[in-house]
Amino acid sequence: MRYDSTPRILSSEITDETDYLNRREFLRLAGIAAAGAVASSACQADVSGATTSDGLSRGTDLGKLEKSVLSIDDKPNSFEDITTYNNFYEFGTDKSDPHRNAKDFVTEPWTLTVAGECSKPGTYDFDELMRGSTIEERVYRLRCVEAWSMIVPWAGISMATLLKRFEPNSRANFVKYTTLYDPDQMPTQRRRILDWPYVEGLTIAEAMNPLTIMVVGLYGKVLPNQNGAPMRLMVPWKYGFKSIKSIVRIEFTEKQPLNTWQISAPHEYGFYANVNPEVDHPRWSQARERRIGTGLFAEKIPTLMFNGYAEHVAHLYDGLDLAKNF
Amino acid sequence: MRSTPSPGTLRLLKALLFLIALLPASALILATFGVAGFSLGANPIEELLHNAGKWGLRFLLLTLAITPLRRVTGLNWLIRFRRMLGLFAFFYVSTHFLIYALLDQRLEMGAIVEDIIERPYITLGITALIMLIPLALTSTNAMMRRLGRRWQPLHRLIYPAALLGVWHFWWQVKEDIREPLVYAIILAILLGFRIWWRRNRGQSRAHKE
Repeated sequence: MRYDSTPRILSSEITDETDYLNRREFLRLAGIAAAGAVASSACQADVSGATTSDGLSRGTDLGKLEKSVLSIDDKPNSFEDITTYNNFYEFGTDKSDPHRNAKDFVTEPWTLTVAGECSKPGTYDFDELMRGSTIEERVYRLRCVEAWSMIVPWAGISMATLLKRFEPNSRANFVKYTTLYDPDQMPTQRRRILDWPYVEGLTIAEAMNPLTIMVVGLYGKVLPNQNGAPMRLMVPWKYGFKSIKSIVRIEFTEKQPLNTWQISAPHEYGFYANVNPEVDHPRWSQARERRIGTGLFAEKIPTLMFNGYAEHVAHLYDGLDLAKNF
Repeated sequence: MRSTPSPGTLRLLKALLFLIALLPASALILATFGVAGFSLGANPIEELLHNAGKWGLRFLLLTLAITPLRRVTGLNWLIRFRRMLGLFAFFYVSTHFLIYALLDQRLEMGAIVEDIIERPYITLGITALIMLIPLALTSTNAMMRRLGRRWQPLHRLIYPAALLGVWHFWWQVKEDIREPLVYAIILAILLGFRIWWRRNRGQSRAHKE
């Protein structure tokens, strides 16, 4: 149970409060004039819809986002639910911890290191990477391995488009993602409850699937820290723990990388972690899920195969025993 | 031995303890209705479930703390509070189960039975609850008289019930075992004290109780 000493805030008011962005915004204001001149040339011919001219640092609002046919029509969960109920162990293991402990998390400047089987490894500035990228709104189902779920209006860029910039070669069978390791800012990293830094992996086909995005925003605004700022993965047909947050490193690998939860408890968490109502977690059933925001008396709802995205991804697993490769 | 408070003072202390023991339940009720700044957060059923369970464990540990406290401090009248603490433990543990069965599972018997059979931490939890039922039922003065010398051996069921309860909590959490570890350490001290007392000081006094 929670006790708030502050008066209750309506969720409609929360979106106006942009504390988490002030620093980024402030630091950037000085650079905008200079960036503006360069930005006008950054729009690529094949890009339509919303483009950012100078990264995501100008303000909290991402502007008009490209709608996606991959979005679902369900009503999203409230901004408050999505930003106060988070599994982001680096900032605490209780789901109410991250929104408190990630408040002062510094995401500016932010660099992404690209390594492994590709032609363009290197260190990339986050704002540079975002410049000229098309940000789409993607309303996705999010299904946690703990049998709860939400509907989230993410804003993100196509992972395939992003990865192709680094020109992965023919030996790039997998993509390994790594979260920031910074125990000064991420208090739980001072305790060894997981093998820090957090690591996740996808097959190259999964990473290049149209559903897979690099999330940079939520509800049309820059991504809040507790949701994985400045950029996090979203693979909506997999359990939430696959969608690694606050990414600092992408490595193209030949061999399947070990992901953090698999290292921690290999009987409970696998590499694939595809949402599957027929394969139970040892400690809870995966047949049904509790939809967050439906109140005390709502029934659990049936969990869908691949979280309802079977038509887009089932072909990736032809011939694979999903009970063994959980 | 120190002096016992007067019957009036004891009654007052008991009433006070009763009100204090109701505070967690009151806070949960306020939170359920979103009153006075209390809130259950995004997943209210989980929040109610976890809180009731933790309070059940805390009251079990408090109940088990009475005897060691009496021995150490000589304040024998503390025994007057033990029944109330035990019944509150039972109250919170039962509430925990009812939230699970009614709200979380909506009385779907198939799912509940599957949980109890297939998920070891739930098997442990339900076993602990079942052990507590006869203790709650035989907690009245009339039942104590009826059971006579059999009452105390029966009520030693609280030891395995508390062990299973902490174990249930331990197996339920993911990786961050700090809180169940604290409960386990407290339980180990409380049970360890009893063993130590029996070995060293208990023999001569065992029959005075």
